[in-house]
Order: sequence, then C-alpha cells, then structure tokens
Amino acid sequence: MSDNQIREAISEAIRDNEVLLFMKGTPQQPMCGFSSRTVAALQAMETPFAAVDVLPDPRIRQELSGLSGWPTIPQLFVNGELVGGCDIVIEMYESGELAETLGRDAPAQAPAQAPDAAPQAAPTLQPENRLG
Amino acid sequence: MPTPQELEQRIEAAIPGAHAEVSSADNVHFSARVVAASFDGMSRIQQHRLVYDVFDGQLGGEIHAFSLRTEVP
Repeated sequence: MSDNQIREAISEAIRDNEVLLFMKGTPQQPMCGFSSRTVAALQAMETPFAAVDVLPDPRIRQELSGLSGWPTIPQLFVNGELVGGCDIVIEMYESGELAETLGRDAPAQAPAQAPDAAPQAAPTLQPENRLG
Repeated sequence: MPTPQELEQRIEAAIPGAHAEVSSADNVHFSARVVAASFDGMSRIQQHRLVYDVFDGQLGGEIHAFSLRTEVP
C-alpha cells in the first residue's frame, strides 16, 4: 500500500464510521495506557465504536497525524470531526460533554471518575481494520 | 533530554500570558497544566493544538508521553 492509499483509507474510515478511535492495540487488548483509558470511557458510554490499530504500520500514524494535525495517539473522531486525544476525551467524559457529543444520555450511574481500565461494558464493533 | 522546567519555559515563551506547570518522573513522560487567558473562546482541541505546536515534532519522540490539561484563568 502506498502512503497515498493509506491516507485515502484513513479518510474513508473517518467518513464511514460515526464514532472512530485510532489507537495503539485493539479495544480488547490496548497496548498503551492512554488508548486503554480512552477505550474505557467510550465503553462506559455504551456507544458502539469502530477502532483502528495504528501499530501494524508506522505509516498509519504518520498519515493520520498529517491529516488531522494532531501529533499523538489515541485520536477520537465523531461524525468525521476530531474530538481529541485521551486527555480531552477523559475530561469530556467527566463533565458529561462526551455523552452530548455522542448524542447519548450520560450513563445512569455515572462514576465521578473515569474508569481506570477497560472493563466488561458494552459490545464494541469489531475493529474494521482495513489498514492493518 | 528535556526537563519539566524547559518545557514550562517553552510553553510560557510561546503562548503570551500563559502559566505552565509541568511535572515528570523520568523526563520522558510529562504531565502539564497550562492556564492562559488567550485560551478564552477556543475549543479544547484548539487549546491543546496551541500547546502541542510548541513541541512540533518532538511529541511521540523525545517527549514520549504528554498529558495535558488546559484552563482559562
């Protein structure tokens, strides 16, 4: 796959998935604490999301950051727009803005703090990882 | 290797009126709190971008992890 094809596939994934997380590892097996915390916040919202693992090819991360202008991983996109990385997602989770952005009510028993690790929680979409 | 003090100085030099507190246990993973009046009216994304821009190209490299919280005073 050429760099251009990777960039095209990334754009397409962002366009085609309402909620899309670029992360290190998979929701089932995150490979970085920041990715893990972001997944946990999304799973606590009980919103299905797609995920793309950036680790299989360093060019995925390179092209993604070129496209989004955001240097770090994870990156959460909702309706084609970059929402933010781990810090922003956690802050929004705690303030209730994440629920708003995802078009959902806040969880009934919202914990005051973001969850530490990815728990049982909602089923996630199997990562549609055509980039791997 | 960058020190927290260096990062604080660079953030404060680049963003007028900003106050930065940076901590790190290992000079590779950093945690920062940045307070700046110029953040007013910006989305979080824009605020974080402004700070990330200070470390253009170093994030993910020399600065392996950078946890950020931005605030308007």
